[in-house]
Amino acid sequence: MEIITGKAYVLGDDIDTDQIIPAEHLVYSLSDPEEKKNYGKFALSSVPLAQAGLPDGNIPFVKEGCHESEYSIIIAGKNFGCGSSREHAPFALNIAGVKAVLAEGYARIFYRNSIDGGFFIPFELTKRVIDSIKTGDEIDINISLNSFTNKRNGESYSLKTLGDVKDILDAGGIFNYARKTGLI
Amino acid sequence: MGQTITEKILAHAAGKEAVSAGDNIWVNVDTLMTHDVCGPGTIGIFKREFGDDAKVWDKEKVVIIPDHYIFTKDKHANRNLEVLREFAQEQNIKYFYDAFSKSYKGVCHVALAEGGHNRPGEIMFGTDSHTCTAGAFGQFATGIGNTDAAFIMGTGKLWVKVPESMRFEVEGDIPDYVLGKDIILQIIGDIGVDGATYRAMEFTGSGIYNLSIEERMTICNMAIEAGGKNGIIAPDSKTEEFVKSRSSKPYTLFLSDNDARYVKTITYKGKDLEPVVAKPHSPDNMEKVSTIKGENIDRVYIGSCTGGKIEDFKNAARILNNNEVKVDTFIVPSTVMVEAFLKEETLNGKSYMDIFSDAGCKIAPPSCAACLGGPADTFGRTKTNEKVVSTTNRNFPGRMGSKASSVYLASPYTAAASALTGKITDPRDYL
Ligand code: SF4
Repeated sequence: MEIITGKAYVLGDDIDTDQIIPAEHLVYSLSDPEEKKNYGKFALSSVPLAQAGLPDGNIPFVKEGCHESEYSIIIAGKNFGCGSSREHAPFALNIAGVKAVLAEGYARIFYRNSIDGGFFIPFELTKRVIDSIKTGDEIDINISLNSFTNKRNGESYSLKTLGDVKDILDAGGIFNYARKTGLI
Repeated sequence: MGQTITEKILAHAAGKEAVSAGDNIWVNVDTLMTHDVCGPGTIGIFKREFGDDAKVWDKEKVVIIPDHYIFTKDKHANRNLEVLREFAQEQNIKYFYDAFSKSYKGVCHVALAEGGHNRPGEIMFGTDSHTCTAGAFGQFATGIGNTDAAFIMGTGKLWVKVPESMRFEVEGDIPDYVLGKDIILQIIGDIGVDGATYRAMEFTGSGIYNLSIEERMTICNMAIEAGGKNGIIAPDSKTEEFVKSRSSKPYTLFLSDNDARYVKTITYKGKDLEPVVAKPHSPDNMEKVSTIKGENIDRVYIGSCTGGKIEDFKNAARILNNNEVKVDTFIVPSTVMVEAFLKEETLNGKSYMDIFSDAGCKIAPPSCAACLGGPADTFGRTKTNEKVVSTTNRNFPGRMGSKASSVYLASPYTAAASALTGKITDPRDYL
């Protein structure tokens, strides 16, 4: 049984890749250990303030001067990660310490990048939860049971099964998966 | 059961007789495109996974096109150009259109078409979401991230889930004040920004086939704005003519079968279409220009892979010729070839460049420029709460620079007409 525990950061619908990591920040090295921290620092920095950390908003995802967030689980509405193909977007969330995203649905390039790059687990929700979970709530995700619990009120919710992509996630990304299965 | 063009191309690339929606398959890749924003990261992963001495799977199939952050003093952006240069040299990449060299082209999706890299029936992946533009040539083309691109660089293969197809038919002639941009904004407005997620968007009907190749590119370009995996228009004689004059490689023509399966078909009557815009801050926030006209704006931007091609500027010039703009109007040709056309070709004896500069527009050299905001010194980047009418493809918060600015996506006609009045303006007033 595998459990992911963390604090929730709640967002709305259609969070696009420009909000996740604005284009002006796409210039930093993705491999230099120091420079890549910038991606964590600016993760979700273009989300309009009123929508940043629902229901109240105005909660920065990453505190000034930090590159890691205190929130490791993102809860979102529809079409998370729409827009650009920039892998910098799931990468930025990964650098900020995100372990899982629970969204109603994903834009496909973002979804694919999260899995093939092994950045975090993109779970699909079975119903809208952004109105019942608050930023800061402690969440337990039970991967083998495809469910999660909000520790604040004990409410539990089911998640869609990961399906075919579970093998790639378990391997830790497309390269490890391809090696494991003898493709490369 | 018949197959769609998308299924046929994918089956062919997987070495199979047939595939159906939902199948996970490995395909052989014909072209991998990358640029200055995602190229360095891709190269980093390629070396990490395949070793420092690894060679790309085919040096003629990897196309590298710096285009996003070219004319900037940002040192990190300039370093990225250097990374591409070194890699292209080390790998002996045949098609590297280096910035500040004679081979520089400009915006990748337009450059690919000009350079003869688009061919019917082929598979193209690019580290850019608007790689779907190439579907206008009857090929399967889609955007991917750095990890997938690095995987292709080393192996020439990638796994794909075969998408379901949606069919969009435009029947009959469209009015001459309606452009490809209006058609795709209408479609996105109707189905929403996730209306085609994971799906192929196939465009067909006499209204589509009457359009030029560039207008078809505009339509396929924005398939991603509806979440589409690819946009595609089956090839006809116009496609073949365009491709044959730029590429001597053989290709295969695939067409959808009459009994192919579509999850949905939406039909438009060409004559019912009219100019529309997408209001801030979402490409599906569609409104008829006739309804919203009169709203004040601060600037107009004409450029990008969506709205910065030769025909886009010819259309804008029809309206701007012998007129004066009322608000800051930024003109950015997508490529060097487009720029050369604007300098050399004329309308009523006047070069297009002169038409734009006499009208009072600000003109910059070819690149992506402010389409995606970019570094602080980018031409046309928004700084505060500007209201922009733009021929680009995205109007998310902060997309053109400032989080406080708002962007209305529009056709080159609507953009040019709005430049003349400083208000959102119906192009019919000027045509
Ligand atoms: S012009 Fe804009 S949309 Fe097109 S490739 Fe450049 S940044 Fe992307």
